[in-house]
Amino acid sequence: MNLETIVKELGLKVKCCPESLGREVKGGYIGDLLSDVIANSKPDDVWITRQIHQNIVAVASLKDIAGIILVQGAEPAQETVEKAAKEGIPVMVSDLGGFEVAGKIHRLIF
Amino acid sequence: MPEENRFEDSFAVEGGNFRAAGNVSGKIKRILKSIGINDNVVRRVAIVTYEAEINIVSYARKGQIVVSVRPDLVQVEAIDEGPGIEDIELAMQEGWSTATPQVREMGFGAGMGLGNMKKYSDAFHIDSKPGVGTCVKMQVFNLEKMLQPDYWLKI
Repeated sequence: MNLETIVKELGLKVKCCPESLGREVKGGYIGDLLSDVIANSKPDDVWITRQIHQNIVAVASLKDIAGIILVQGAEPAQETVEKAAKEGIPVMVSDLGGFEVAGKIHRLIF
Repeated sequence: MPEENRFEDSFAVEGGNFRAAGNVSGKIKRILKSIGINDNVVRRVAIVTYEAEINIVSYARKGQIVVSVRPDLVQVEAIDEGPGIEDIELAMQEGWSTATPQVREMGFGAGMGLGNMKKYSDAFHIDSKPGVGTCVKMQVFNLEKMLQPDYWLKI
């Protein structure tokens, strides 16, 4: 399963790095506490969060996360998009809540 | 001992600068990858370095992170000038934090940082003087190297 399929199936808005959407996704993690995400997410996860500030890009990059999905239509901060572009980490937005986004992606992957 | 995978460097971390938070850990991760350190070690060093960096940014005036690489282990030392920790045992408890509401709003300050550093390193030591600063020393072992039967004979 790659990010592009997830974007299509969930109707996500892509805020950054459409060129990296071919990236493989093997699982996912939901969280707004950065220490929790840094400890428990896995490489190639898609990360579902409500945090919009640029530090989410540093966490995603350190953990080799495939992409970040912001929920409830949350717009990423300008610095977040700029930093994500530098790191090549796609940032996507869904109008749905975290529970629904996770459920749909789980069904697609497993 | 062979000279492979040896490296030492020190990186400055600015207190209060959340825009740059994570830059030093990112740099260290890239260096370790580029010199061929194994993925498991790189992943754990990235976690403990990031947490140490975030603590300096969140609480201290300034600090530095010193990383030393040997074939059998990576050592990370985070030394800061800041308020220090009054009660280390209490600070180690998950959920305990003195972070400001602004820091918590960003998803930091959940009281998990020191715990993560201890959990993801193989050796962990913390030293702190209230009013002066804190030093956290951590080692992540490269067990693949350590368990090679002839490794210790080469030292």
